[in-house]
Amino acid sequence: MIHFILLFSRQGKLRLQKWYTTLPDKEKKKIVREIVQIILSRNQKTSSFVDWKDLKLVYKRYASLYFCCAIEDQDNELLTLEIVHRYVELLDRYFGNVCELDIIFNFEKAYFILDEFIIGGEVQETSKRSAVKAIEDSDMLQETVEEYMNKPAF
Amino acid sequence: RIGYLGAMLLLDERQDVHLLMTNCIKNDLNHSTQYVQGLALCTLGCMGSSEMCRDLAGEVEKLLKTSNSYLRKKAALCAVHVIRKVPELMEMFLPLVPQLVRILKNLIMSGYSPEHDVSGISDPFLQVRILRLLRILGRNDDDSSEAMNDILAQVATNTETSKNVGNAILYETVLTIMDIKSESGLRVLAINILGRFLLNNDKNIRYVALTSLLKTVQTDHNAVQRHRSTIVDCLKDLDVSIKRRAMELSFALVNGNNVRGMMKELLYFLDSCEPEFKADCASGIFLAAEKYAPSKRWHIDTVMRVLTMAGSYVRDDAVPSLIQLITNSVEMHAYTVQRLYKAILGDYSQQPLVQVAAWCIGEYGDLLVSGQCEEEPPIQVTEDEVLDILESILISNMSASVTRGYALTAIMKLSTRFTCNVNRVKKVVSIYSSSIDVELQQRAVEYNALFKKYDHMRPALLERMPVMEKVTINGPTEIVQSNGETESAVLETKPPPSGLQPVSQVMETDLRLFSTAYQTTLLTTANSKLEMVSLLLLCLFAFSGIPSITAYNKNGLKIDFTFERSNTNPSVTLITIQASNSTELDMTDFVFQAAVPKTFQLQLLSPSSSVIPAFNSGTITQVIKVLNPQKQQLRMRIKLTYNHKGSAIQDLAEVNNFPSQSWQ
Repeated sequence: MIHFILLFSRQGKLRLQKWYTTLPDKEKKKIVREIVQIILSRNQKTSSFVDWKDLKLVYKRYASLYFCCAIEDQDNELLTLEIVHRYVELLDRYFGNVCELDIIFNFEKAYFILDEFIIGGEVQETSKRSAVKAIEDSDMLQETVEEYMNKPAF
Repeated sequence: RIGYLGAMLLLDERQDVHLLMTNCIKNDLNHSTQYVQGLALCTLGCMGSSEMCRDLAGEVEKLLKTSNSYLRKKAALCAVHVIRKVPELMEMFLPLVPQLVRILKNLIMSGYSPEHDVSGISDPFLQVRILRLLRILGRNDDDSSEAMNDILAQVATNTETSKNVGNAILYETVLTIMDIKSESGLRVLAINILGRFLLNNDKNIRYVALTSLLKTVQTDHNAVQRHRSTIVDCLKDLDVSIKRRAMELSFALVNGNNVRGMMKELLYFLDSCEPEFKADCASGIFLAAEKYAPSKRWHIDTVMRVLTMAGSYVRDDAVPSLIQLITNSVEMHAYTVQRLYKAILGDYSQQPLVQVAAWCIGEYGDLLVSGQCEEEPPIQVTEDEVLDILESILISNMSASVTRGYALTAIMKLSTRFTCNVNRVKKVVSIYSSSIDVELQQRAVEYNALFKKYDHMRPALLERMPVMEKVTINGPTEIVQSNGETESAVLETKPPPSGLQPVSQVMETDLRLFSTAYQTTLLTTANSKLEMVSLLLLCLFAFSGIPSITAYNKNGLKIDFTFERSNTNPSVTLITIQASNSTELDMTDFVFQAAVPKTFQLQLLSPSSSVIPAFNSGTITQVIKVLNPQKQQLRMRIKLTYNHKGSAIQDLAEVNNFPSQSWQ
């Protein structure tokens, strides 16, 4: 199972964090700081896997963003790389040619997409089409309510 | 939506607010819109606490059975989370398992589906999941393992390896093959796949391959040997984690045939690797050399190369074992001491190297000076030069306190080995009797005393150390050999008649001090041992009525322990053992040895004799001193060896029934 997912920029700013285990806030901050430091200090030539405490960190860099997942010992690291890639594809499909700004300004949508893809640390939906469709349908429901609320009242 | 998002991100089980959410989630789980239900399930799956899970498990189960596949998926994952949190609820979800398994088995045979694929490989996530499930199912079950063999072979051969996805699936397949009870052909296939991975340029794949090979090397040793050269090449990789794994794997692969070649590579690696590896690498090399050394000379050469290359990273406990190794290879003494002397001639900053060298020079200095070496052209060394080196070690700022101790003892030993420099030794020893370092001072004072009052005994005391037996007992215990052997050998030169009792007692005192000095050199235990001995000799022991116990009673041999606590040092317990023999024949050559856990220190004094007469007509007594600074429960392992009815008998036993007053 995935313990947590972190997205951070090359300057070390955290863009997204999703935790599938319960930890106190202070711990989370400490862990984030530690991991950002470890990963930013690795150069191009090193492998994408890091042994950290009793978890394995799998990270991949897309343009200016680092995607980092922490998985348990018995999980398949190569598959986790695929999971990260699949998430990026979903974002791309939804936003259309996604870039870091999209994630910064629409972070709640990024979270929604992540929630459609992974629940409780496990992958739930492997079909790209259905995942994005589910988000779009929910968006439609949401908009309907908003539009309704924005209608001028007499 | 935003609400649930906020809840998931900001709240966790520790907040009280989330309890209020339970009702909210419950309502939403029964909402008509599937998306709302989905949201609720998602939230519950990500951050539900155990109380929440208990309350809502029923609803989740209901949703698991709906026909809506979108919801079913979410419910299933939510159920996984619930089970993780509250394992007792697993029974509720169990009946659904066979159904799920059947569905999965069908899926694996079905055709392609474009929206699920990644670069031409159909739904890798699902494939890997299924493989994992197969692994768990087949772990201990022969039948299911057989059924899986075909499909595993098919997957292994048909999957494309050009993309990462294919490799991910192959990796999972390999892991599964290793775990289930597969046939050997399949295992060889798996290891070949791993070998192919190793040749791949992608670091991730190499990393993964090395990790799995490490896991399999125990069981499929021969197959992994074939890839040995590739693994050794990985030692030269730039990536730190790959190097570490390659190093561990190389150590696991060393065996009698390839030890010379591997050792060369490993020594080269030791030279060039990062400092954090050096300690592990050095220990690994020592272990491997010990197990597979083709000849003593090679072993000693290797050991010395390690010492010179990575001397300061060698672990402290390696020094005594090295010394023991050197003593055991009797014919190599001259060669060894010559090599060591040359090594420290230029540079004596590497402490373990200097310690070993100092000890050897002390023991075998006469061989060095007389130039007896056969293996190498002997070098011309005079006694003065040797003493010069030892003195400079003593003076140097770089030497640790322990090293200085070694050097001083070595100089002392040389006083008997060398013929013309006794005065020089005396001078050095008396300088250090006022040294600030307590350990050095104590040793110097004792050696001084030896010169002044017991000069006639000096040669006998400073004799060469006998070859040491390595006694290993399982578990984290410290071994102290019975003092009986060294002391009885020396005492024989002056058998104590009853009239000279006080003199011999003082002698025994000095001897004990001296032999513990040897043992502190060899066993690197704390210096407090010497202080403890002197303390003990001076204090009185009050009889405090601690009950005695029978520690051992087998085959007619009975050993009783009686206890006394020291008045002046509450961590010290004095145990007097009495061994008696109820059979009809004497037990001869009786040796009692004891070992205690690491937090204790043990000292055995000499036994009253080594023969236990038959029919309980006499006993052997021996005193054991135990130092227990942490006041932990006293435990002891004892080893008894004796001759009885013409055969040698050995026995190991554990003593656990110490009364609490003996250690509290």
